[in-house]
Amino acid sequence: MLDALGIMLAIVIPTIIATLGFAWWFRASNTRARYLPQWTYSGRIELVVWSIPTLVILFLGGVIWIGAHELDPAQPLKSNVKPLEVQAVSLDWKWLFIYPDQGIATVNTLTVPAGTPLHFSLTSASVMNVFFVPELGSMIYTMNGMTTQLYLQADHPGDFYGRSAHFSGDGFPGMEFTVHAVPTDAFQGFVQQTKSSGPTLDAAAYTELAKQSANVKPFTYSAVAPNLFSAITTQKLPPAPGPIEGRSIPNSPPNGG
Amino acid sequence: MFGKLSWSAIPLDQPIPMVASGVVAIVVIGVLAWVFVKGWFPYLWQEWITSVDHKRIGVMYVTLGIVMLLRGFSDAVMMRSQQAVAFDSPGYLQPEHYDQVFSAHGTIMIFFAAMPLIIGLMNFVVPLQLGIRDVAFPTLNSVSFWLTATGALLVNISLVVGEFARTGWLPYPPLSETAYSPGVGVDYYLWAVQIAGVGTLLTGINFVTTILKIRAPGMSYLRMPMFTWTCLAACLLIVAAFPILTATLAMLTLDRYFGFHFFTNEAGGNVMMFMNLIWAWGHPEVYILVLPAFGIFSEVISTFSSKPLFGYRSMVMATMFICIVSFTVWLHHFFTMGAGGDVNTVFGIATSIIAVGTGVKIYNWLFTMYGGRVRFTTPMLWSLGFLVTFVIGGMTGVLLAVPPADFLLHNSLFLVAHFHNVIISGVVFGIFAGYTYWFPKAFGFRLDECWGKIAFWLTLVGFILTFAPLYVVGLLGMTRRMQSYDVPEWQPWVLLAGGGMVVVTLGVIAQIVQLVVSIRHRDQLRDATGDPWDGRSLEWATPSPPPPFNFAVLPHVENEEAYWTIKQRAREQNKLRPEPEYEELEMPRNSPTGFICAFFSTIVGFSMIWHIWWLAGAGAAGAFATFVVFAWRDIPEYVIPAHEVARIDRANRSTRLEALASYTGPRP
Repeated sequence: MLDALGIMLAIVIPTIIATLGFAWWFRASNTRARYLPQWTYSGRIELVVWSIPTLVILFLGGVIWIGAHELDPAQPLKSNVKPLEVQAVSLDWKWLFIYPDQGIATVNTLTVPAGTPLHFSLTSASVMNVFFVPELGSMIYTMNGMTTQLYLQADHPGDFYGRSAHFSGDGFPGMEFTVHAVPTDAFQGFVQQTKSSGPTLDAAAYTELAKQSANVKPFTYSAVAPNLFSAITTQKLPPAPGPIEGRSIPNSPPNGG
Repeated sequence: MFGKLSWSAIPLDQPIPMVASGVVAIVVIGVLAWVFVKGWFPYLWQEWITSVDHKRIGVMYVTLGIVMLLRGFSDAVMMRSQQAVAFDSPGYLQPEHYDQVFSAHGTIMIFFAAMPLIIGLMNFVVPLQLGIRDVAFPTLNSVSFWLTATGALLVNISLVVGEFARTGWLPYPPLSETAYSPGVGVDYYLWAVQIAGVGTLLTGINFVTTILKIRAPGMSYLRMPMFTWTCLAACLLIVAAFPILTATLAMLTLDRYFGFHFFTNEAGGNVMMFMNLIWAWGHPEVYILVLPAFGIFSEVISTFSSKPLFGYRSMVMATMFICIVSFTVWLHHFFTMGAGGDVNTVFGIATSIIAVGTGVKIYNWLFTMYGGRVRFTTPMLWSLGFLVTFVIGGMTGVLLAVPPADFLLHNSLFLVAHFHNVIISGVVFGIFAGYTYWFPKAFGFRLDECWGKIAFWLTLVGFILTFAPLYVVGLLGMTRRMQSYDVPEWQPWVLLAGGGMVVVTLGVIAQIVQLVVSIRHRDQLRDATGDPWDGRSLEWATPSPPPPFNFAVLPHVENEEAYWTIKQRAREQNKLRPEPEYEELEMPRNSPTGFICAFFSTIVGFSMIWHIWWLAGAGAAGAFATFVVFAWRDIPEYVIPAHEVARIDRANRSTRLEALASYTGPRP
């Protein structure tokens, strides 16, 4: 990306300077400037003006080719550590994260081990959203009835801001979460602690959670019904409802922690 | 009886739309009362509303565009001020209102401000530049305009009756489906854009036909002025792309009205199909707007450098290159869909290839100035402002075309800054340049230069101050369309952008003052010659304002610079061409068809939005009846007698003769 910017700046800055320079030097009041009223074509200049942008784009095309393949979100990261599986579901208007291997789930908070690749499978309960953690990298769409893939990794422990980056309705501004990247053993501690208390996420709890609510405080589920994510993506659990007449949008879910 | 419509549709509890629409209502009633008291209704009806003269229609398009530009601008002011106060607080606009504001802003700016302004200039200028008397289908032209006005009217009605869409300027399903947007907002969007879109499509057909089939004798394709070329490219894009929009929105309409499943979550609907289709229209749409603006810059830079356009054929090639390639790039609007490396590579490269055509144009404008005598008039300032700022917008665009970069910047305020950077400096500056450049041709007096320059500098500085911070805050991860936010790092930049908006507002005021001052001082600013800028293309051969028939005798074109050649010959021989034999001319008769069609379309649109089926049926029948009545008309034309043509043309010749006598510049 910085390569691309550098290459283009090398062209753009001289162009801006030339624009201002030409306009100023050839101002009507400057009698020292040559007036060339008939000068309208020069094969050599034509060649140059077509080839400069063409060469730049040829070069950028290479950057695009390599970048688009190497940094594709669905491309597994090179690492010796086995990736942590996370299933993310965008709901109106909160994020549900399911840890299938650990059998727990969280809402609007995501705790992950630092230094371990994360493999996200993402879908949406209702409308489209974009999963985005600016400091960790790639965005990816979430769509109902479909699954997208994303690999990320937090190299060091820390808290990272994450949110939906695609407008999804009135509760959209509050659709944010924090990624807590912690050392590996602290992650095990988090899993144990989460399992010890909190509600269980089964189909009924999911259906209740999927109703519209905004600015939901983070909370966790101690257990998750198996294959819940696949039930959502295959629409065995139907798409979440939109606004329900006569029901105002609560600021926290009815069964929330 | 009245479908979903009831008194509760009027948002009496919301002060902002109520006050805004109250003010608008007072202004409209005031204007109507003024017109009535002055007894101007018959004049307006006969000379403007029913006019099929391309110049009058062009002026009405531009007027509509300016009014809607102000409306869209006030939405922008609300958005920037809301975000300025909405750090860790709900601000003064609730989400359901803020979401309407940004949806209306985008819809209005693209469909009802930029499009009418571009099409208005096209209407006014293209037939004059081609050296002809009117477009191919003059009444159809009037229908096009009034259908566009219908769309604009429906959008404004949504302010008072019901609500506007809360889904963004492109209503992505499933959010825009009935399940998630049960209100009338999306329906307002659909019918307004659909009706205006039909108008635009008709304009496209009209101008493609005009440019391909009707040109002054001797004007081959490679002698057409650059603006006409870019309008041809834009109209070809309209003809090819707008049916996609119509079909896509029709499918969404079927989903919403009849429970179809084109784009729903259930029953095999596919949301990504909508995104692909809408952007297959949406990206060419960008070039529909910007190509004519490029044409304006070509005319302005050449005229005020007192030189022909550099590399004319190269420019034509670049224009048509952009025209074609613009259809192959749409997927860059959703790289983050996760289509994979191969697909993203193809569209990333296709997108950056467009920059080749644009780059060539930039350099050719540069070399048009080289060796010229550059006069820094207001239109030229807008063009220079464009050249300097547009290359930055182009650069950030190519950056966004690199998929890994887009994965970080998609839907961020960086993206918002990018497309405002290219659309404001490309399209809006182009429109302002064209507006000041052709204003004397339309009204017979120039716009005040001093206020024009003040407006330019304020707008330029404000524009940079507003959008440079948005680039930064986008890099910091701020997403677009946020009614409120709670990340402290973003706040200073958002406040800075709000400050920039204040400067832009001053620029807008200066622009309005310019118009008022110019009208008051119109006698000092009078353009008696018809050629105030020492122009080069045929529109400057006519008096200002041109007579209904434009040219008493169609000019004979010998090269790319038709009028410049005529003028140079006159300067060389120190006399005008001999007076021609004047003949009587047949011109198309004015017709209320367009206005009446639009009246019925408004009824159809409004009653479909509110599910008043019987009224929709009645409106459709009325529109069809109007068409039938028009098709059965007996007298399509009226005759301007030869002595009248002679009188007008002799007056024009005498001013040209005076200009020739007082000419002191170099003679060839």
